[in-house]
Amino acid sequence: MRFAIVAGTPSSGKTSVMIHTIRHLLAEGFSVAVCKIDCLETSDDERYGRLGIPVAIGLSDYICPDHFYVANLEEIENWAKKQMADILVLETAGLCHRCAPAVHGCLSICVIDNLIGIDTPKKVGPMLSTADVVVITKGDIVSQAEREVFRYRVENINPQARILDINGLTGQGSLSLKNEILNSGTLEEISGKELKYSMPAAICSYCAGETIVGKSYQMGNVKKVDFGGEE
Amino acid sequence: MLKKITISGGLDKDGILENIRRLDICVGEVLAVVGPTGSGKSQLIADVEQYAEEETLTGRSILIDDQPLNKNENKNLSRYLVAQVSQNMNFVIDMSIEEFLLMHAQVRAIKEPSQIVKDVLSITNRLSGEPISLSMNLTQLSGGQSRALMVADVALISNSPVVLIDEIENAGINRLQALEILTGQGKIVLVVSHDPTLILMAGKRVVMKNGGMYKIFETTSEEKKILKDLIKIDKKFVCLREQLRSSKSIRAVEQKKEEVAGWPKF
Ligand SMILES: Nc1nc2c(ncn2[C@@H]2O[C@H](COP(=O)(O)OP(=O)(O)OP(=O)(O)O)[C@@H](O)[C@H]2O)c(=O)[nH]1
Ligand SMILES: Nc1ncnc2c1ncn2[C@@H]1O[C@H](COP(=O)(O)OP(=O)(O)OP(=O)(O)O)[C@@H](O)[C@H]1O
Ligand SMILES: [Mg+2]
Ligand SMILES: [Mg+2]
Repeated sequence: MRFAIVAGTPSSGKTSVMIHTIRHLLAEGFSVAVCKIDCLETSDDERYGRLGIPVAIGLSDYICPDHFYVANLEEIENWAKKQMADILVLETAGLCHRCAPAVHGCLSICVIDNLIGIDTPKKVGPMLSTADVVVITKGDIVSQAEREVFRYRVENINPQARILDINGLTGQGSLSLKNEILNSGTLEEISGKELKYSMPAAICSYCAGETIVGKSYQMGNVKKVDFGGEE
Repeated sequence: MLKKITISGGLDKDGILENIRRLDICVGEVLAVVGPTGSGKSQLIADVEQYAEEETLTGRSILIDDQPLNKNENKNLSRYLVAQVSQNMNFVIDMSIEEFLLMHAQVRAIKEPSQIVKDVLSITNRLSGEPISLSMNLTQLSGGQSRALMVADVALISNSPVVLIDEIENAGINRLQALEILTGQGKIVLVVSHDPTLILMAGKRVVMKNGGMYKIFETTSEEKKILKDLIKIDKKFVCLREQLRSSKSIRAVEQKKEEVAGWPKF
């Protein structure tokens, strides 16, 4: 099975782009299953569902969504294998930008849009810099000049990635993403594979449900702002 | 250097082979794309922009110097081959015009960035009404000023060998001048338009129908004569508009009108 992980900033067009791409895959006779990981709610299942393919949803709820995502990769893979999928697409919500979902052996796709501002690629951090493929959407509504500058910035942050311009509304450009997915290797199994970028440590009292502000309520892994020397 | 692009025909909206099976556009040529709304003009431009290889709705393919892009040896060629100006585009970056143009010039590895920024500004101000200054913010520009700046930027900084223009006539900028500036020397220009003057300024036009390329016309010498009249009318029109836009009264406009012989009566 091929395993494609799709991440990106919120509302960047992940679902729109993948729906067009999956259509191409289905047209070539591949079977595709999709799983969406989100925090509290999503309607992406309905949209993928309209393609008539198996869709699963994982809501992390009170758990850090990134940790939830990693902790469920084996289960998601097993589910997709049961659906007899040739290709598993795993869309994760635009998370906190400290994490990157990329796993060695999977194709990691980062979707960002031309509207997020030219300094934002830097802030998107490891999610962008560890991606194999970067998809840039919403080029239809910004100037040619901004598209060029934005793409240049993205290239500087991730020089290895293939960069694709795709219009999420019309699907323009999605064929090349289909080809990227088909050219990516198949994965025997995800167990034992390694994250390209480690997740942040977070085991403090707030992780465990604490809601009160104040030092005496804080336990575990707590880091404080450094205000520059003065105690 | 790029010599020509070829649009190899696909299917119309009913899945029937489009009439025109092959359309070559050579360097220096301007092709007008015409037809009723919904006839597939923007789609044709989109096919060119993405170097379609039979995978789009239309099944067309685009050849660059007789070869599909991915088989083309010159990879640098592909990168910045096409630049586009369309009606839906906006500036969204929150930054001064000068800063942004310098940044774009850097991306395009332009040798004398500060000079080109000045040139872009002067062209912008020739095309639009109220002048803009380099210190203004991009997002402060009006619709027409933005369009004028996009035209100037595509002409000078992007300076791609293929230019795609989608309906710039309604932006309130001097569209004939804009087309002249974008045409430049040795470019391939596709211009989607509903405007007779712009259409006749092109040497060739393709008429779209039901999503397909239906017919190709070379602009005849008779049409070129008509174009001259249209340009005259257009100049008058622009002049009238300028006077109405500025604080002059219509009477002053009419007086001026009498001075010109042969002015057609509406
Ligand atoms: N103009 C334009 N709009 C787009 C494009 N791609 C996506 N959109 C719109 O952007 C919005 C968000 O798209 P989605 O596909 O839901 O984005 P997403 O990344 O899956 O969003 P989440 O899963 O909620 O994070 C929708 O309204 C899309 O129609 C594009 O290329 N151009
Ligand atoms: N050959 C084709 N096959 C299938 N669909 C097509 C074809 N050509 C165009 N279409 C679709 O028809 C619709 C209208 O086309 P398009 O937007 O290109 O029209 P247009 O001529 O630019 O109209 P307007 O003058 O209003 O801008 C679009 O959704 C487009 O994708
Ligand atoms: Mg989504
Ligand atoms: Mg159109």
